Amino acid sequence: MRVSFEVNGHEVTADNVWPGESLLYVLRERLGLPGSKNACEQGECGSCTVYLDGVTVCSCLVAAGQAQGRAVRTVEGLAESGDLAERRLSPVQEAFVEAGAVQCGFCTPGLLVQTDDLIERTVGQGGGVPDEAEIREHLAGNLCRCTGYEKIIDAVRLAAERTAAQRDGGGPA
Amino acid sequence: MSGLLENTSTRAIGADIGRVDGPAKVTGTATYAFEHQLNAPAYLHPIQATVVRGRVREFDTRDAEAVPGVLTVLTHDNAARLADIGDAELAVLQSDEVAHRGQVIGAVLAETPEAARQAVRLVRVHYEERSHDVRFSAARTDLYTPGEAEDDEQGDLAGAMASAPVTVDHTYTTPMEHNNPMEPHSTIAVWEDAGLTLYESTQGVHSVRSTMAELFGLDPERVRVIAPHVGGGFGSKGPLHPPVVLAALAARLLPGRPVKLALTRQQMFDLVGYRSPTIQRVRLAAEPDGRLTGIGIDVTAQTARFKEFLEQAGKPTEVMYAAPNRRITHRLAALDVAPPTWMRAPGECPGMFGPEVAMDELAVACGVDPVELRVRNEPGTEPASGRPFSSRNLVACLREGARRFGWQDRDPEPRRRMEDGWLVGTGVAASTYPTGQMPGSVAAVRFEDGHYHVRIGAADIGTGAWTVLTQIAADALGVPVTAVRLRIGDSSLPSASLAGGSTGTVSWGSTIVAAAQAFRERHGTAPADGAEARAGLPDNPNRERYAMHAFGAQFAEVRVHADTGEVRVPRLLGVFAAGRIVNPRTARSQFIGGMTMGLSMALHEDSVVDPRFGCVVNHDLAEYHIAANADVVDLQAHWIDEADPYVNPLGAKGIGEIGIVGTAAAIVNAAYHATGVRVRELPMTLEHFLA
Ligand code: FES
Ligand code: FES
Repeated sequence: MRVSFEVNGHEVTADNVWPGESLLYVLRERLGLPGSKNACEQGECGSCTVYLDGVTVCSCLVAAGQAQGRAVRTVEGLAESGDLAERRLSPVQEAFVEAGAVQCGFCTPGLLVQTDDLIERTVGQGGGVPDEAEIREHLAGNLCRCTGYEKIIDAVRLAAERTAAQRDGGGPA
Repeated sequence: MSGLLENTSTRAIGADIGRVDGPAKVTGTATYAFEHQLNAPAYLHPIQATVVRGRVREFDTRDAEAVPGVLTVLTHDNAARLADIGDAELAVLQSDEVAHRGQVIGAVLAETPEAARQAVRLVRVHYEERSHDVRFSAARTDLYTPGEAEDDEQGDLAGAMASAPVTVDHTYTTPMEHNNPMEPHSTIAVWEDAGLTLYESTQGVHSVRSTMAELFGLDPERVRVIAPHVGGGFGSKGPLHPPVVLAALAARLLPGRPVKLALTRQQMFDLVGYRSPTIQRVRLAAEPDGRLTGIGIDVTAQTARFKEFLEQAGKPTEVMYAAPNRRITHRLAALDVAPPTWMRAPGECPGMFGPEVAMDELAVACGVDPVELRVRNEPGTEPASGRPFSSRNLVACLREGARRFGWQDRDPEPRRRMEDGWLVGTGVAASTYPTGQMPGSVAAVRFEDGHYHVRIGAADIGTGAWTVLTQIAADALGVPVTAVRLRIGDSSLPSASLAGGSTGTVSWGSTIVAAAQAFRERHGTAPADGAEARAGLPDNPNRERYAMHAFGAQFAEVRVHADTGEVRVPRLLGVFAAGRIVNPRTARSQFIGGMTMGLSMALHEDSVVDPRFGCVVNHDLAEYHIAANADVVDLQAHWIDEADPYVNPLGAKGIGEIGIVGTAAAIVNAAYHATGVRVRELPMTLEHFLA
């Protein structure tokens, strides 16, 4: 079958999609967007997290056909658009690098999308910076084998604080 | 060997620099093995044995071949013969024998992974089944002494035990555990006239190249291995395992076309090794003040019947404590299982569980504080070898950790503190890991376009090699980090040893230092464009004279719910003495990541084998639990300044593994302090506390 949807603001089409194929597979193997990772393929690790119509999902659990006509946003769409080399990192991406929340990087794309979502739902909706319990709850479905999580939580807090400061002060923190 | 330690202009080494590969990783543009964009790939899915032992009588592949998109069904009948099958684990599809459940006995190559997978399910395999035995036990009568670990005896431990006023004699166990890096083992293999190209998730591109060249009878120049980014390894991506061989065999049948193979999480439990379970009888003989007169460990581990691997859990007992009488033995049970492999701190990690819990039991028996007990048994020289230590700061770590943790007010009586229904306790254990160095690395430095291009075929599996090698090169050349362009992760670069045994940074870094020195000697400080020099890793004569190890101390706070037995670890604090720290940010990640894996080992990790079917039944991340963010609350890693002039020109010790060593013992000791219940087996699940 043919599946058409929007990815990171661009219309895409994949042909000869087998009905059992996952959205993750289509992104990685058919659309050249390998940023979302496949680490378990059954909804246990969160490495494959993407936005589907603004809601984060494990793309390994979404059939490609379910994305028909909808909008997907992946880690590749988090940075501000522009030339790849010149692309400005989003505050979330920046915070992950700065806080030392990245090691092998395989869990990172899923965590970034999930963090982006948390900040959007809190600071982005005019709310305050999420507290530690909220951060932990929101990232509960994302496994990391390298970092020990500590720095990931720091990075989320840092990104949220900066986003809030930007919002309130009208400029970069 | 003073080298860079004396260099007061040093700026990059020790600087808190962000990961140079960070931006690529957070934008999703860092390319892992399976993600190299190649034209028209075919996909491979392994066929795995569903019996434990026997031989394949017949494959019925008719239905499989009828699946649209299937290109070939690969079995031992049509797979190429390998040139060198000295390593039985890598003799993939070389015979019809089945030596363990889940073994690769074939594969389907298809246009899509779904077609390959569906076809694998349709292959009918008829076996001639033989009886099997996968039961691991220290009571087996067929245990044997592996050649690489003769019994090591000093004095008379049995005599010491008989005459000592205080003794500890208990058996401790650690389970089978699987490495489970987040990136499943993956390969893209391409055969062309020029040779074999492998995009591989590996800890060492050059070791993959040389092993694959031998297996396939190729000139190493005709094999190229590419791995710029690797999604974790923790040992399983060190030695080669069957999947990469399988991918190359399949690619051979499809010249010119890339063949992609990514293991499923379930296959990771069958095909890429694991940490052997261990049974450790630990004996301590002591004076009433806790001074050891004897120490012994008798380790039983398992291996595959067809390939020997020894988990050398007795090793740390050679290093840790002074005692005139010492006995270290290893026995292996050869079973019908897949071969074990390296998993983060092989030997040391399980081997510091039993002894460090036993030390806590001794502290209780003698009424001596467990920190003080360890200080009292500090050796002057390495106990088993008599060699002086190049540096040893275990005592400093214990004292600094005790201070930071707030150990001094601890009431040693167990089961004294109860808060809101939770029993609270604290515990300590020591850590150690050898400071190794692997031979065989070469680095090249070239000046071009105003930059120093440093090339070495090293691997970054998440450790920070991209970053710390850039820093080392900058200081060795006396230039800012921005003037260095590093290239690693490709076997077309000069040879490098693999990332294993915590030797990467020190081996590659020392090689880069040598190459930088050669460059400056040849070309001075104002080199012409195109100036180049290379050098290999120099010998370090100090390695024979000194015992070289990193040390650490780990402190844990544990809460055990008085009614439910639920265990939480609200606080973990480690202090390490690991020579010079090249980059505090990446180093902290390594220590904390190791400690978290140690916590995961203490509370969760357990690969459960069904003896009837010979397979790991909890073979996914839903059932094989690894630490999640809720498990990790207040986790701190610190280090002390340690100047070691002997280990290498950097004065650095490897840090990738020591963080996991001793953590589980500290947690178990804290649980004893909380509850008065002594747990001697891992994982420490709640039923231990529901007597
Ligand atoms: S790959 Fe989707 S949750 Fe693990
Ligand atoms: S950074 Fe390696 S899995 Fe999270």
